[in-house]
Amino acid sequence: MSFIDRAAAALADPVLKTAVERTAGTAEANRAVAVEAFPDFAAARARAAAIKDHVIANLGEYLERFEANAVAAGARVHWAGTADEACAIVVDICRAAGAKTVARSKSMLGEEIGLPHALAEAGIERIETDLAEHIIQLADEPPSHIVWPAMHKTRDQVSALFRRHHASPHEDESIAAMAESARRHLRERMLGADIGISGANFLVADTGAVCTVTNEGNAELSLVPPRVHIVTAGIEKLVPSMGHAVHMLRMLARSATGAALTQYTTFYSGPKRADDADGPEEMHIVLVDNGRTAMREEGLAEMLRCIRCGACMNHCVVFRQIGGHAYGGTYPGPMGAVLTPALSGLAANRDLPQACTLNGKCQEVCPVAIPLPTLLRGWRERSWREGLEPVTTRWGVRVWACLAKRPRLYRFATSAAILGMRLWGGGGWSRSLPLAGGWTRHRDMPAPEAASFMAQYARGRRR
Amino acid sequence: MTPASSPRVALFVTCLVDLIRPRIGFAALRALEAAGCEVVAPEGQTCCGQPALNSGDRDSAVALAKSTIAALEGHDHVVVPSGSCAATIREHYPELLADDPDWRERAVGLAERTWEVLAYLDEVRGWRPDTVCAATAVYHDSCSGLRELGIKTQPRRLLAGVDGLALVPLAGEETCCGFGGTFCVKYPAISNAIVEEKADAIEASGAELLLAGDLGCLMNMAGKLHRRGSKVRAFHAVELLAGMGDGSAIGEEG
Ligand code: SF4
Repeated sequence: MSFIDRAAAALADPVLKTAVERTAGTAEANRAVAVEAFPDFAAARARAAAIKDHVIANLGEYLERFEANAVAAGARVHWAGTADEACAIVVDICRAAGAKTVARSKSMLGEEIGLPHALAEAGIERIETDLAEHIIQLADEPPSHIVWPAMHKTRDQVSALFRRHHASPHEDESIAAMAESARRHLRERMLGADIGISGANFLVADTGAVCTVTNEGNAELSLVPPRVHIVTAGIEKLVPSMGHAVHMLRMLARSATGAALTQYTTFYSGPKRADDADGPEEMHIVLVDNGRTAMREEGLAEMLRCIRCGACMNHCVVFRQIGGHAYGGTYPGPMGAVLTPALSGLAANRDLPQACTLNGKCQEVCPVAIPLPTLLRGWRERSWREGLEPVTTRWGVRVWACLAKRPRLYRFATSAAILGMRLWGGGGWSRSLPLAGGWTRHRDMPAPEAASFMAQYARGRRR
Repeated sequence: MTPASSPRVALFVTCLVDLIRPRIGFAALRALEAAGCEVVAPEGQTCCGQPALNSGDRDSAVALAKSTIAALEGHDHVVVPSGSCAATIREHYPELLADDPDWRERAVGLAERTWEVLAYLDEVRGWRPDTVCAATAVYHDSCSGLRELGIKTQPRRLLAGVDGLALVPLAGEETCCGFGGTFCVKYPAISNAIVEEKADAIEASGAELLLAGDLGCLMNMAGKLHRRGSKVRAFHAVELLAGMGDGSAIGEEG
């Protein structure tokens, strides 16, 4: 299915619209309150962007520092250039540990590299421990939002899924009863898992620690009891120190949900030490490039600031209409429209950078000030250069530009266009116009005045 | 007279105003003259190149930037009745021509002199209208003007001077109307879903008039409202400021 078809299907689904509107609308309102209450959010945002820019400019150095400190804390660090390499490393660790089940706590990088699929192929059972991830695992669907993977699901749909899959499902339809049903189903499976797999919200270079944030505590519960903890993280997740991590956390939570901090924020530094009461015996950290260094070299360095808060999509007029699945990639919304062409190729995804009004709201709310519209324009330029745009668009823009470069010819063309439009539609509003079906399918078109501004001006009209 | 007391202003009407609604250009001319400017509409002007820029056709965007600079330079200020076209000149020309030694400074020079008309009348000229229009109205903040040029309070300050006009709140007044230039014809179904919500909000406000500072957005919203059979009428804000709010609104023949 093409982007246009997926978008059309989404637009025809009123349940989806309600579900997206409820979650994104709430997030938008709560973020506004949190930002308003924050002393000088603009300065904090500039600092957050500067922290990320500094790390990205000095990535090699911070990666080495992180590796050295993580190893000193007892972790093993693995390097993966591609998604396939990353998955292979994880599967090998699982096999070496003789693991049959893994408990996974939500990670968009895991989705990006196709880890769920790789684990299934290796015959390893995957238990998604985040409530929303659990829901979409039951529904066998990809996430539709980077913070709320099941945002497209309504309460009734979730209830039906739980009744079908849980051994002792909820007795009444309250949210509390449904959450309890999921807890009963997940808890014992989580505790029995051989390995815990997580992503990372931040990698702290000066301690070698990995930071995760959740609102359910599922990361802690799925990472501490198993014998092995595997982290998969994009190399752009680095921050220099704990102080920087805390600054980024303040920006992340407020931008994502409007909360001052997530319910659970944990820093994992190495496996269990001799005198620790619990913790995994092995900790593996898989650092994944998957196109990131190329992005840095190819004009997308600013995109590597992204902390995956989801604010850009929550505030996007297009996302709010079509939801996340229509984008067809791991990452939806404005940030997805920039990332997906980099991750999966522009040719197959040329619609994503085009399907944007360039209204600038995403950039305004981004906690690390990523110039998303500028990056989307960059993809449009590349798409044009590579000849990926439809012939009609290319000719339309070219002919227009050709005329506009020649004012006398242009005056002639505008007079002809005005004459044509008025002959076709008369004065006032038109319900249809040749070559303007995209417009008049949904709205009326005002007829032009009898002569252009420049023609009237040339004849001496001044008021 | 010094340029500051009576600046020589080049009015760049924009291709859409030139083609569809010259009245907005003449309203801008009137308001600028009332604000003490000496105004001309230079002959060589056509389109700022924004459709090419946003379509990714950088070569055409560069060519149109050059022809627009050549047409408009040589005046104290360039004034534009559109936030997005003014932003193209102010924000994008210097970037488009940054690597061209012959044009870089001309681009920066023009960018520094270019103003969106409402910001110019309010901030630069400190002008207040002396016109009447008895109606209730909502003001929609067009995205480029709002986010690229910081146009928010200027139109409201100016409109407060129109006698009889009552601005009422519009829910989501800073939310994009779904126009997006070529976006609205490339993705008509998505654009329609967005403008339907905008039309809901406008109708719910109870206002008689819809005002904004960009004809593209106005045509999108007014065209949707008319298709729905709404009675709300639409004007560019400068039409009211120039005392032209009593004539035909967008789409009305007259
Ligand atoms: S691009 Fe900015 S707003 Fe969007 S998810 Fe990333 S950090 Fe958040």
